[in-house]
This record gives sequence, structure tokens and C-alpha cells, in this order.
Amino acid sequence: MTPRPFTRLLPGLLMPLAALAFAWSALAVEPDEILDDPELEARARELSEDIRCLVCQNENIDSSNAELAKDLRVLVRERLVAGDSDQQVLDYLVERYGDFVLLNPPFKPQTYLLWFGPAAILLLGGLAVAAYFRQRGREAGAGPAPTPDLNAEERKRLNALLKDEGRA
Amino acid sequence: MIAEIGHFALILALVVAIVQGTLPMIGAAQGRANWMAVARPAAQLQFLLVLTSFLALMQAYIISDFSLANVAQNSHSAKPMLYKVTGVWGNHEGSMLLWILILALFGAAVAGFGGNLPPTLRARVLSVQALISVGFLAFSLLTSNPFERIFPVPLDGRDLNPLLQDPGLAFHPPMLYVGYVGFSIAFAFAVAALIEGRVDAAWARWVRPWTLLAWLFLTAGIALGSWWAYYELGWGGWWFWDPVENVSFMPWLMGTALLHSAIVVEKRDALKIWTILLAILTFSLSLIGTFIVRSGLLTSVHAFATDPERGLFILVLLCIAIGGSLVLFALRAPALKAGGLFAPISREGGLVLNNLLLAVATGTVFIGTMAPLFAEAFDYKLSVGAPYFNLFSAIFGLPLIAAMAVGPFLPWKRADLAGALGRLKVAAGLTFAAGLVTWYLQQGGPVLAIVGMTLAAWLFFATLAEWADRVQLFRIPPAASLSRALRLPRAAYGMTFAHIGMAVAVAGMTASSAWKAEEVRVMRPGETVEVAGYNYRFEEVREMRGPNYFSEMGRFTVTLEGQPVAELTPEKRFYPVQRMPTTEAAIHTTGISDLYAVIGDSDGQGGWTVRIYHEPLVPWLWAGCLLMVIGGLVSLSDRRLRVGAPRRRAAPAASAPATAS
Amino acid sequence: MSKRVILLLPIAVFAVLVVAFVWGLAPDRDPSRVPSAMVDKPAPDFDLPAVTGLEIPGLKTADLNGDVMLVNFFASWCVPCRVEHPVFMDLAAKGDVKLVAINYRDKPADAVAWLAELGNPYSRIGADLTARTGIDWGVSGVPETYIIDSEGRIRYQHIGPMQVSDYEETIRPLIEELKQ
Repeated sequence: MTPRPFTRLLPGLLMPLAALAFAWSALAVEPDEILDDPELEARARELSEDIRCLVCQNENIDSSNAELAKDLRVLVRERLVAGDSDQQVLDYLVERYGDFVLLNPPFKPQTYLLWFGPAAILLLGGLAVAAYFRQRGREAGAGPAPTPDLNAEERKRLNALLKDEGRA
Repeated sequence: MIAEIGHFALILALVVAIVQGTLPMIGAAQGRANWMAVARPAAQLQFLLVLTSFLALMQAYIISDFSLANVAQNSHSAKPMLYKVTGVWGNHEGSMLLWILILALFGAAVAGFGGNLPPTLRARVLSVQALISVGFLAFSLLTSNPFERIFPVPLDGRDLNPLLQDPGLAFHPPMLYVGYVGFSIAFAFAVAALIEGRVDAAWARWVRPWTLLAWLFLTAGIALGSWWAYYELGWGGWWFWDPVENVSFMPWLMGTALLHSAIVVEKRDALKIWTILLAILTFSLSLIGTFIVRSGLLTSVHAFATDPERGLFILVLLCIAIGGSLVLFALRAPALKAGGLFAPISREGGLVLNNLLLAVATGTVFIGTMAPLFAEAFDYKLSVGAPYFNLFSAIFGLPLIAAMAVGPFLPWKRADLAGALGRLKVAAGLTFAAGLVTWYLQQGGPVLAIVGMTLAAWLFFATLAEWADRVQLFRIPPAASLSRALRLPRAAYGMTFAHIGMAVAVAGMTASSAWKAEEVRVMRPGETVEVAGYNYRFEEVREMRGPNYFSEMGRFTVTLEGQPVAELTPEKRFYPVQRMPTTEAAIHTTGISDLYAVIGDSDGQGGWTVRIYHEPLVPWLWAGCLLMVIGGLVSLSDRRLRVGAPRRRAAPAASAPATAS
Repeated sequence: MSKRVILLLPIAVFAVLVVAFVWGLAPDRDPSRVPSAMVDKPAPDFDLPAVTGLEIPGLKTADLNGDVMLVNFFASWCVPCRVEHPVFMDLAAKGDVKLVAINYRDKPADAVAWLAELGNPYSRIGADLTARTGIDWGVSGVPETYIIDSEGRIRYQHIGPMQVSDYEETIRPLIEELKQ
């Protein structure tokens, strides 16, 4: 566990995985944490990937080596052994740490923008593309008279050009 | 003394950049040829001055001149020479100087290679480029001066973070910066074009090689960073959707869109407004990335020491550069004349789809990265992690890859989709077979992973089919095919390589995410463990000593069905100066998968915590990225791009009859 | 929709972004702050034994009823805890507010020595050896200090070392309000 203000004073300016600085080479899941029941352990692993290590940055508890992450890993396993469903385990943590603990954001009014945003951009972009084709189609219809028919020589040159360009 | 020369050179560079940013611009507006002519020598002089400054700082690192605060804080006399040199950019001030050096290098390169550019365009491009330099030179001099002295001079330095003392990470920032900063050229061309009010095929032809260069370096830089995380962080992950990763990924996505839309401008004189916007946005995203990494705005695992004041300075620069260019865009874009027409189903249409999906993907990464900040402003703490990004990667990435296979088969202007798909019959058959094989080998497995592998195979076979189509393989005598293959333009090979690289990389990403196997346990020397069919025998642990660290090295012998495969020697190091441990994973690659071993703590009773991972197809991920970079290089060597467009208004398709949907 | 409006869209998006950036750069904002979701909820169920070697009783949920009080999470290995300790010593001397503590993931002997050195301002100290009670409170690191109202409900969470100014400007007014 890190005393807070010191995270800002850490030497070494670029500090990838700040958490590593405090983990005395303990790395992620430890052998003594692993459950005997492989099915429960698999569930614990999967669940751990969706839980944020609160004191590290954007790391899940499964790959983090902070002490709090270890506590949470053990806690998750205890609750699973006690018969909690995956959702119940997550709810338990959310009750204490809020939605911040979830790496997979919940779907609720505050996150509508997050979940619908990509679809909205796609829709907007799709409409813009459709409008583009419609407008260009109209321009072409009402635009200058179509190019007169080409004579054989021109056609040959055009084909050669198109072939060359089309291949590039 | 040398440090003072470096500092002085940096100040002179700022003066030169101010001149270069104003005189040629005014000259272009008023038609003064001699004012415009200032741009080229000024760009070259600016580069030489920044280079002088950079070399001065490097010299201070090499001789360990701890009277410079920057050197004292980030270097150490016992550090290996390689890391003394690369330590120059392992910190905020030095990396900013590298950023500026690359910016100046690109400016000088445009000045040097831009002989065939129309004088006004060249003057304006170099002016815009210089104005960006002015901003960042001022930033460096006023807030992040690397040449600051300290007194009393410390006896030794505080050393570089040991995680950065690694060849992969040492060269990751320069590559990334060449990528980020390289997009400034596309940006400068876009702004210059808006000022001139003219975009045509020739413009696109000048912009494309620079964009391609930036793109291939960014690709290499991201891959290198990812590779570093993979072998250094000790659990075999290669992408974490961390904000700092995301901000490098966004310019990559946009830059990829730009590369493709610029083709449409060049060949068909269409999508001009959109391409200009993309050029502006791509560089804007690079700037925003620089801002986020250096301001501490978002929490990230690898952020620079943050300083809100510096953040504010860069924010002001952002407002001027991005805000200014977007205003210019809104004012001037309507003046750009629409060009060639095309039907929705056509090569152009395919590229529009590519652009749409890439833009939406960029937008999604952007929303996901920024959401915690916006939520926090409304007093709601939120995390957006890998599950969110992975979901949307699949939603937008998979269709993109599916379409990517078909696009190159569509002719320009108007295409027959059924006909194109007809030419893909063989590829479709092979893809189906590959999908079945994957399904059989993995006994089902996650559906999405099977879909991913199948689509990777689809892209791979379709890209090969496209090449076979071009050289008319099996339809004409092999010799004739060979001669056709030799005569194909290099840009075509560039596309083939890059698309195949993408297919290979996607296969690697999918397989390593879906079918990774691992074993975590306490082992004693002499014990064996089996992971994914391989037998790992834990032989011993030895204590070693490096130049600036201590190490405990474990040794494993790996066998497959009794046959020796490899010896793995993972290390656990301790760097006394920074009091920091690191893990050095041992990786043996079979080409199909990586065998990955990590050694942890001793349990004090003769046992050691050991982690062994089997990482399927991860080598393909790196190979795929390498192929993409090679594709970019091959394409860059194409004569037509190198020569540029000697004449304006050379758009060949303009003479074609207009057809519309 | 006019074309001009579409061309203005990027500027609008950028403007919103700049506003968010300016807000985000505020010097008093700490992006790595992890607020507890337990604020405004009743204190969780816990029953912690005394720190071995101390003469002071342990702490359980029922002890939090009846009075407005401060619950401080501390540890002897935590450097900022040392920084805030004089503030609590001062508070205890004045006797304005009841002060209890939870000794977080600490070795009892270390905690005893630490309190012997710096003085003990707390009337009760629970030993949270596994940090499980800390998790129940939504604690993510030490020091953290909570205000509990007379019904045993958590009303406020202070993250990081308590400065005199924090106490005077935020904590004390809140305590006085709760006492009425």
C-alpha cells in the first residue's frame, strides 16, 4: 500500500507501472492464493480482470502486485467459495468503492454517452456519407452535359490509363 | 560551457523559427519571392541549431556532467553507455528536445526534398511548420529547460528508472516521436492548402510520402512499446488500453485513414475536404497525446512527472494550433471544389467505408479514454478498461478487416460487388478451411476468437488472391506472371505487404488473447511442470551481478515429448540506486508460440514462485507489425512517390467521363 | 443541415474538450483519488480487537453510535500519517471531538512503538491486520479520516494527511453542524 502524497514525489520521471516500484518482486496472482477448485479459480481469474486495482493506474487486480490488489483477489475468491455469483461479488465491491472499481463500466444514465457514443458517431458518419452520395448524385444529374462519346483512340488511351491507375 | 552553447543554440533556433514562421507566409501572401525564399535556408538552419543543442545535452549525459540538473536527476555514472545516450530522452525535458529536433528535421527535409513544390505552397508549408516549432521551442525554453545548472553539484546522479534501461524502450520514444511529429507535415500541407484554397491530385501526391513515413514509424514505435511491455512487465500482456497507449493509437488510426483517403484525392480528386480534416485531426491527436502524457490529466501507468503549469502551456499551444486550424478549416473548406464522382460500390466507396470505420474506431477510443475525465467533472468516478475497448475493437475491427479484403478488388468509380466477390472464390474456400481447422484444433473455444482467426485468414488469402489476380497467376504461363510480378508498382507491393501484415497481426492478437495457457506455482529445483504440452524442469537459481544491478537467475530446461527445446533463464534484478526490482522474463519463440518464464520470490524453504506462460501466435503479432512497416517502406520507395508529381493538374482520372450513382 | 454547420462541428467538439482540459488541470484536482462509496451510508459491520501491547480498547461498529466522531485510518509504516499526527494530538488535547482509529495493515509492535514515540490521541484503536475492515469502509490507502454522525453514519471522507487548514476549513464546520 502506498502512502498517497508520495506517489507524486517518486523519482524517475517516466515511471511505467508505478505499482512495480513498491512490489518487492511479487507479481500478480501468487501461488498461495490459487483455489483448489479449478472451476472457481477460473471464475476468479476472469472476474479479477474486470476489477480495477484501485491504487494502481488502470491495472486490473489480476495483473497487479499492489497489496490492496492482493487483498481484493483473496476477497473475490472467498466470496466465490462462499457461493456468491459473479455479479454479487462485483456488487459487493461497488457498494464500497463505487463504479470506479469496475473496469467494464456499468450501463446507466451516467454512462449512456460512453456506450451509445460509438454508435452515434457511426450513425452520424453513415448519414454524412449517404448525404454525400445523394448530393453528388444530384450534382451529376443536373451538372454539365455528360462527356461526349469517346472515339476509339481516346477510349484506348482511357482504358490504358484506368488500368494503370486501377492497379496502383 | 558546452551546455551553455546548447542553451544558446536553442534560443537562436527560436529566433530563426519566428523568422521562418512569418516572413515566408507574408511573402506568399504578397507575392514577394525573396521573402518566400527565406523559408528553405531558415528551415535548415533551424534544424542545425536544434541539433547542436541536442548534441550538447547528449554530451552532458555521456560525460555524466551532474552540474546539469537534468543529468543529475536521470543518469548515473555506472549506467551502461547505451543507456546514458538513450537516457537523454528518458525524461520530460530531454524528450521534449528530441520532439523538437524531429520537428526541425522534418522541416529541413521538406526544404531539402521540396524542390518541385510550387514556391508559395512550399513557403506556406515551411512557415506553418516553423510556427509549430516556435510553440514548442518556447515551451522548452520557458518551462522545461534541460540545460539548467544545479549547485552544489551532486557526486553522482539519481539514475534512470531501471525499467527504461532496456533496448526495446530506449528506441521506442524516438520512433513514436517520428510518427507523431511526422504528421505535422501533413498538417502543415493541409493548413497551407486551406490558405491557398486549392487541393488537387498533386497536393495529395506530395502529402502521401510524408504521411506514410510518419505512419510507418508510428507503427514501429507502438509495436516496440508493446513488445517491451510484453517481455519486461512479466506476465505476457502486450496491450493494456492505458491512456498513454490510447493516445498513441488514436493518431495511428486516424493516420491510417488519412493514408487511404489521400489515395482517393490523388487518383480521383475526390474527398478533398475530408482529407484536409483528417490531416488536421491526425496531428491534433498527436498534440493532444503529448498534452495528456505531460500534464497528468489522466492517471496512467506510464506518465511523465506531471506539472499542471506545463500542462497549461501546452494547452494554450493546442488551442492555437488545433483551434486555429479548425477555424481556418471551417472558413476555407467550402472554397475547395469537389472533384471526381464515384458510385457507393467502387474502390473509392471501399475507401470511404475504411475511413468511416477508422474514424468511428478513433472516436470510440477517444470517448473511452476521456470518459473518466468528463465523468469526474460531474462528480462521478468511472473507470474504462480493457473490457470496453476490447468489445468495441471487435465490433468495428472485424467488419473493417472483412471489408479490407474486398476493397482492393473493386475498380475505381463503379464496381460490381458480385463480380469482385466472384474473384474471391478460392480465397473464400481457403478461409473456410482455415476456420474449420482452427475450430477443430481448439475444440470450439470462444466464438469470437474463431471469428477473428477466420477473418485474419480471409484477409490473408484475399490479399494473396489480389496479387495473384494482378499477375494473372495460373492463367498465363508462369514466366509471363513473373514478368508481370516484377513490373507491378512498388506501391502495390506495399499494400500487399501491409495488408498481409495486418492479417498476420490480427491472428496473433486473437490467438494470444484467447488461448494463452499459464501455470503459477511454487517450484523447487529439480521439479517439473507441464504447460501446453511442454515440460519445464526447474534446474537452479544462481546469484549474478550486472554493471548496475544484482540479479537472481533461474534456469529451466524445456522439453517437448522428451526432445530438448530450449533453456530459459528468467531473472529477478534489483537496481540499488533507485531501489527498484525488475523482472526479466525469459522467452523462447518457436515461431508458432512463445514459451515464457518468470521467476519470483523465494519462499525461504528452497522453493521459488514461478510463472510459466504459453503464448500462442504472439510472434505473429510482431511479425505482422514488421510486415506493415516493410509495406510502408516498400511503398515509400515507389518511384512515383519519390519523384512526387512534377506537374499540377495531373490527375489522370479527370479526363474520364463523369458517372454518378 | 447546412454544410457550414457540419464544418463547425469539429470546433464545437474541440471547445468542449478544452473546457474539460482546463477543468482537469486545476491544481487541487488529484486524478488518482479514490473516493469511498460508503459516505452517507451507515458504518459497516466490524469488530476489531485491540492492538496487541496497547492498553487501549479495540473498535467495533457499536462504538460509533451516540456521538459525532472522527475515525482515522493510520499505520506506522505510512509517512504522511506521521505528518498529520500532531494535528490529532492537538485535537485530543482540546477535546473538541471524539477521536478513534483503525490501525491499518500494521505490525502491532511497530504500532505500539510509533504511538509511544508520537503520543496517542485516540480513545479506541482497532487492529485491522488484514485490511479487510479497510475494504469494508472503502479505504484505498492511508491515511484516511472519516466523520461519523451520532447515528453511526459515515458523513465525510478525508483522503490523505489532515492538515490544520483541512480541519479548520472543512472538518470542524461539518462536525459542528452535525452536533446540532
